[in-house]
Amino acid sequence: MATETQLLNPRHWVKAHADYLYAYTLSRLNDDELAKDLVQETFLAALEKVDRFEGKSTERTWLTAILKNKIIDVYRKKSSGLANAGEKKAEEKQQDFFEEDNGHWTSAHAPQPFGIDNHDPLRGKEFNQILQRCMQKLPVLWMSVFTMKHIDDEATEFICSELKVTQANFWVIIHRAKLNLRACLQKNWI
Amino acid sequence: MNHLKRVIYNCKQATLLIEKKQVKSLTFRETIELRIHLAGCTFCKLYSKQSSMINKMVQQLYIDSIQTTPPTLTDDFKKELQERIEDELNKN
Repeated sequence: MATETQLLNPRHWVKAHADYLYAYTLSRLNDDELAKDLVQETFLAALEKVDRFEGKSTERTWLTAILKNKIIDVYRKKSSGLANAGEKKAEEKQQDFFEEDNGHWTSAHAPQPFGIDNHDPLRGKEFNQILQRCMQKLPVLWMSVFTMKHIDDEATEFICSELKVTQANFWVIIHRAKLNLRACLQKNWI
Repeated sequence: MNHLKRVIYNCKQATLLIEKKQVKSLTFRETIELRIHLAGCTFCKLYSKQSSMINKMVQQLYIDSIQTTPPTLTDDFKKELQERIEDELNKN
């Protein structure tokens, strides 16, 4: 496989990859219309780059890379400007997680066991739905950083430069996103 | 000593280190600080477990949404898309 040069066949892209790219986008942006637009834009952008395809990756990997860039563009747009209000609100939520003077967990917000260690599929499904809802409550920038790091396993430097956040801010966001996500699960599950 | 004391007794700092640790390796100093904190703090120990569990569950959620029960495009949309591509190809 490594030595085999991959070929592109644009006429079969829709049949072979459209659903995959659509599902991929939807899982990251949760917006049907936008997902459709991005799939189309990806194919059109890919057509213009066909002659620059080196055959080192599969067609799908190559198309997904183009799509990823488009998704990051959306992250960047959505997390600038007005969206900052959402971050302020999300930050306020965790103000009373820790005691102000010594940084201890406050008794109201200290972690409690979720009690889902035994694998019950039905409860697991329910838990997943809550998890999804909790993720959607995160500010766009936090969600973007979280997804790029924990799902796509992108390099920290790459995420910082793409989303225009400093390294220090990156860690603050990673920390805050998880604090809110965990607290939301605790509040809605237990 | 002051700095060490701050982290060892501070859950806010400790949870930040727990998050860092899941992404990159901690410095020697951070590793020690976190280990001492966790030895004496059951809340943060639980947080640490839940935090990595959440990462795994979110990852699984993304895998499922693409592989197990993926949403699909309508045939109409795909047909339009196919036509768009054919048009572009025929231009050249």
